[in-house]
Amino acid sequence: MSTLSERILGGPAGTYVDRDVDRAFAHDGTGVLAMEAYRQMGSPNPACPETVSIIYDHLAPANTSQTATLQKELREFAAANGFALTDVGGGICHQLMSEGRVLPREVVVGADSHSCTTGAFGAFSTGVGATDMAAIWAEGSTWFRVPETIGITLTGRLPAWCEAKDIVLTVTGEIGMDGGTYRALEYIGDGATALSMAGRLTLCNMAIECGAKAGLFYADKITQKYLARFGHQVERQEPEECTYCRELSLDLADTEPVLSVPHRVDTVAPVTDYAGTPLDEVFVGTCTNGRYEDLERFAGIVRGKEVKCRTIVVPASRAIVQQAAETGVLADIIAAGCMVGPPGCGPCLGMHMGVLGEGEVALSTANRNFKNRMGVGAEYYLGSVATAAASALAGAIASPEGVL
Amino acid sequence: MTPTLSGPAVCIGADIDTDLVIAGRYLRTKDTSVWAEHVFEDLDPALAPRLKGAVLVAGSNMGCGSSREQAPVAIREAGAVAVVAPSFARIFFRNAINVGLPVIECEGLSCHEGATVTISLEEGWVEADGVRHPVRPLSGRMQEILAAGGLVPYWRNR
Repeated sequence: MSTLSERILGGPAGTYVDRDVDRAFAHDGTGVLAMEAYRQMGSPNPACPETVSIIYDHLAPANTSQTATLQKELREFAAANGFALTDVGGGICHQLMSEGRVLPREVVVGADSHSCTTGAFGAFSTGVGATDMAAIWAEGSTWFRVPETIGITLTGRLPAWCEAKDIVLTVTGEIGMDGGTYRALEYIGDGATALSMAGRLTLCNMAIECGAKAGLFYADKITQKYLARFGHQVERQEPEECTYCRELSLDLADTEPVLSVPHRVDTVAPVTDYAGTPLDEVFVGTCTNGRYEDLERFAGIVRGKEVKCRTIVVPASRAIVQQAAETGVLADIIAAGCMVGPPGCGPCLGMHMGVLGEGEVALSTANRNFKNRMGVGAEYYLGSVATAAASALAGAIASPEGVL
Repeated sequence: MTPTLSGPAVCIGADIDTDLVIAGRYLRTKDTSVWAEHVFEDLDPALAPRLKGAVLVAGSNMGCGSSREQAPVAIREAGAVAVVAPSFARIFFRNAINVGLPVIECEGLSCHEGATVTISLEEGWVEADGVRHPVRPLSGRMQEILAAGGLVPYWRNR
């Protein structure tokens, strides 16, 4: 009887296994380094080029001549090796991999720490560095230490003013920034099976924030229905009796809107503790919370009103922008006074399109609030989409309970 | 392989994320000297020059956060001979081995700035203040990768 990670990797926790990689991807940042490593390896013929994606999201479109030149080189490299390239405007790598490119039971490796996102499909998805990625391009496989698993049982239903983001921030606060190191997180229980794919992706996305190697959900009816939209018929995965190294359980009915307070993601507190804190910027987007459901929820709160601070909304992919344009969600967001950026990572990593100034305070729907990441000398809180919307309308941190 | 690694200790805290090792604003280049120059700038701007020949002794969860491989490269290029910590974030650990920077998990090591730290990768121990701490040796494959100078030269040699 095994955990989902043990079943997919094919070995008991603690053992080392060599596994073929079903999908491998890198972005414009790590892709450049992986390309360098690949050249230093002597530019071997790639083992399985059809499994490799390069996705431009970190600095998309390019912000400087230097970046543009590196991106040009990587484009040429991808073409020469037969790797599929999604150029600027396509969206964030984790979102694009979530749009029908990852299936249950697959082994997925991305050259980005948030590659754990697609564990939401019942895949074993994890992040590596650039040199590991180059070796995967060359060999089509890599080694793993099969992780122990923390079992997280979710029961009950979320209150209307709470979201998957509030669950995952609460879990991260509970486990701590290093409590999941070398381990996988597995979400089970009726509260887990009731979550939408968007919510599951948000939970798995942040597994790395407590150091975990992967975050997983079992594929079920919701997974089947979601993947059918992309033309994939997949089988369900049933949880077995198995051994967890630690177990947590959360009654979702007790969840409240929470924030990660600067500068640690595991310092989690109720939004109400910080209500009234003036904000310079609100940022909605990223691989954590830039999906259509997030934009729709945000628009539902700001519709017909006006935001009181600089508010930047960055959809996670082109398909999301298109859907939001078709349904009027985008128009509502723009009419409320928000700026809408091109699909990609936006200001999350502090490189462009909304970087914070010294002493500025922001609220972001991203996954990381490390010191200086989103701007040197700035402070930023992490919260849910509804908290971001309520706060944008107030120009200060505000609980969504008042607006929903 | 070299019998031991040794150098004066440079001490840093726990949960040091890779944004603090090398900030995002310095990533868009292939020039590794840029990373060596700005390593740990947001943690302590005076730290970088002290890493030459040093053993970096960190607290738990060293290298958490982003998968950026520039982090261990920056530490290596700044001249550190090894990093010792009670625990490492797993991507950082893998990356460090892959770029030829020795990383050793060691519990209970008290760090005194400038005191000599000696490491045997092969025998699996770290010595500081006259106390020898046994550590779990790296796997055979990891030691081979480090001995080759990283995953790229290891791959080329095969």
